[in-house]
Amino acid sequence: MKNIENFVSELLSATENAPELLLQDLCAIQQRYSYIPENAVEILASKLNLPAVQIYGVIDFYSFLHRKARGTFDILFSDNITDRMLGNQSLIDSLCEKLDIEPGTPRIDGRVTVSVTSCTGICDQGPALLVNGMTVSGLNEERISKIAELIEEDTPLSDWPASFFVVEDNIQRSDILLDDKIINGSAIESLQKNGSDALLEILEQSGLRGRGGAGFKTALKWRFCRDTDSDQHYVVCNADEGEPGTFKDRILLNSYADNVCEGMTLCAGIIGAKKGYIYLRGEYRYLLDDLEQTLQKRRDANLLGKNICGHEGFDFDIDIHLGAGAYICGEESSLIESLEGKRGIPRKRPPFPVTNGFCNQPTVVNNVETFVAAAKIAVFGADWYGSVGSSESTGTKLLSISGDCARPGIYEYPFGVSIEQVLEDCGAHDTQAVQVAGAAGSTVPAQEFHRSIAFEDLSTGGSFMIFNQQRDMLEMVQNFCHFFCHESCGFCTPCRVGGALMKDLVDKVMVGHATHNDLKEMENIGQIMQQNSHCGLGVTAPKPVLDTLEKFPQIYMQRLANRGFEPAFDLDAALEESRQITGRDDAEAHIEYEPLLNTAGQDES
Amino acid sequence: MTEMTDNTVNESGEKQKPRIATAALCGCFGCHMSFLDIDERILQLVELVEFDRSPITDIKEVGPCDIGLIEGGVANAENVEVLRDFRRHCKILVAVGACAVNGGVPAMRNQFELKECLVEAYINGIGVENPQIPDDPEIPLLLDKVHPVHEVVKIDYFLPGCPPSADTLWTFLNEILAGEEITFPYSLIHYD
Repeated sequence: MKNIENFVSELLSATENAPELLLQDLCAIQQRYSYIPENAVEILASKLNLPAVQIYGVIDFYSFLHRKARGTFDILFSDNITDRMLGNQSLIDSLCEKLDIEPGTPRIDGRVTVSVTSCTGICDQGPALLVNGMTVSGLNEERISKIAELIEEDTPLSDWPASFFVVEDNIQRSDILLDDKIINGSAIESLQKNGSDALLEILEQSGLRGRGGAGFKTALKWRFCRDTDSDQHYVVCNADEGEPGTFKDRILLNSYADNVCEGMTLCAGIIGAKKGYIYLRGEYRYLLDDLEQTLQKRRDANLLGKNICGHEGFDFDIDIHLGAGAYICGEESSLIESLEGKRGIPRKRPPFPVTNGFCNQPTVVNNVETFVAAAKIAVFGADWYGSVGSSESTGTKLLSISGDCARPGIYEYPFGVSIEQVLEDCGAHDTQAVQVAGAAGSTVPAQEFHRSIAFEDLSTGGSFMIFNQQRDMLEMVQNFCHFFCHESCGFCTPCRVGGALMKDLVDKVMVGHATHNDLKEMENIGQIMQQNSHCGLGVTAPKPVLDTLEKFPQIYMQRLANRGFEPAFDLDAALEESRQITGRDDAEAHIEYEPLLNTAGQDES
Repeated sequence: MTEMTDNTVNESGEKQKPRIATAALCGCFGCHMSFLDIDERILQLVELVEFDRSPITDIKEVGPCDIGLIEGGVANAENVEVLRDFRRHCKILVAVGACAVNGGVPAMRNQFELKECLVEAYINGIGVENPQIPDDPEIPLLLDKVHPVHEVVKIDYFLPGCPPSADTLWTFLNEILAGEEITFPYSLIHYD
């Protein structure tokens, strides 16, 4: 216990008791102890001058923070639909059996916990898991057996085979963004040579739009932020790549980190920011050390820090903040809340972050890919970028391709590429549907494969999951509904309750108990969620259901019960616990199934 | 929308009033109290309708009815039985109030195991003498979770509120008896 107090006190003195670093402190404590002990919360509360309930509120918000010890080895299997398609469920069962534990419950000896988490972004090399936050890819029975042995032998993670932790970039197709290299510092030189007005002009001419999926014009965002009068401006790189099936930022942060930093520094120079943050999703902790090294190298080369590249008064530095397993923090205002050390609840907009962002100061939040593109445009010019792509969507897009194809991985295409073309290139055959833009995106059936990837047609942050004819699309819908239900921040009722109802109804369809009325109810709930939710999560959460009800109605119809009404649960089974407790088994202790409970004298359908 | 069928004339040619039944399942009777808050308008109501099973009439078994009003959620085997009985006998079945609509306060026990709740109430409770969990066959068994009524039978209308105000109930009954579309002024359906 003394030990914990020392650890927390040292941590806090290193971070100068800054309350906005609460989440970072909690991540460090979690990483060290596999949970947040009560006395750690007490120290945090007193030193940071925060109520303890606020700290517990933060702990309970983030999936990767726990109040009870997870054990020496905390294992989280990635449970995206693509992991399921690669057979993660039998591997989870297998590991649990070998370790003699139930999923989600820590083993009694405090050695290990095994449970699942949302997509970890290793879809092209899955199934994957996180062990104490570190990514293990390419799971198979053999690897699972070895992992079970290592855990039983209490082998420290540092002594596990290095091959387990290899995550390849896996670039299958590259274009201008990935191919054309820039020298470190050249974008900063371009800014100094041309000035910020000219640079903004170049960015505007290039037509660059945000790569997170929404497609806001980058030059406009930077201009708005620059023109907002304030002492402090901030640059934030959104590396919370949480959309299921997306993993393109993974390779940019791994092999193009200098370009990311260069883009952020360029932005800082234009908007007048002294401080920048990379908000790195907790699932990408394995990238943290290398990223820190990149930052240090840039400081050593005077590409970060004071008087950057010798330009008097150009001061800028970047810190990395870790997320802790919350999909909602990919939404820019939640991300800012999280950066400030709070629960990631989306803010009301307007005001937008460009005027009132981090610590209420003007802030640019951009996707990783946007910063890389901006840096290169600053060096190669607007024409270089504008020469490819479509009229509304210039340049290229990185697609993260996974699912049923011969060559999953990263594909860079000029905007305007058709789904057909992408499917051909990655070796997909007999394709039933493509889920474009992740769980929140669109389900595209085969008759629409002529459509193109572009802001004016299918807009995407990069997720591209392929389903062949043998796949049951309802399994995808179910996976996504459970995902959204879990990831709802809980702030607004349409999303929190609607998402849970939607999940229950999809489960009811899956087991063959749903009726036509349930399908109508799903449409109804979906519309309420879309019209009334506080943020984009609730608006997009019913999309997989609504899209497939329209485009794949048979996956529902073939499972419907042939009745007007079916209870939502097994009534007699709901009495079982009572029967056990009381020892009763008389007639009154049972509820008979009544198949035709419609309205009186009417045959409802 | 479920509509009432025209049966206002009986076999001998007399005008027959629509029949209404009400029941409270797992609730606090607050919705019934709110219903009584229509005050003197109840005299107009009895001109319009005939009451079947209801705490107002003390009739114990529900007969064929036009409208059934259900307060409370479904927490035990008897609730299921009563609710099903209402569904068999009522042309229109209405979930009245927060407990019927979504489980309400009783559903707060859904956060716990049933056994924990019973042990807390009958074994470890303050002032409990001769502690034991009741197992008499006369007492209906509890379901493991409390459910809203629409998860057990088909429901035609939902009147949210804790409780729905007397004016809400009054407006609803008048509209449905007149065969009109159910609409409420905003003041009756905002809750903050």
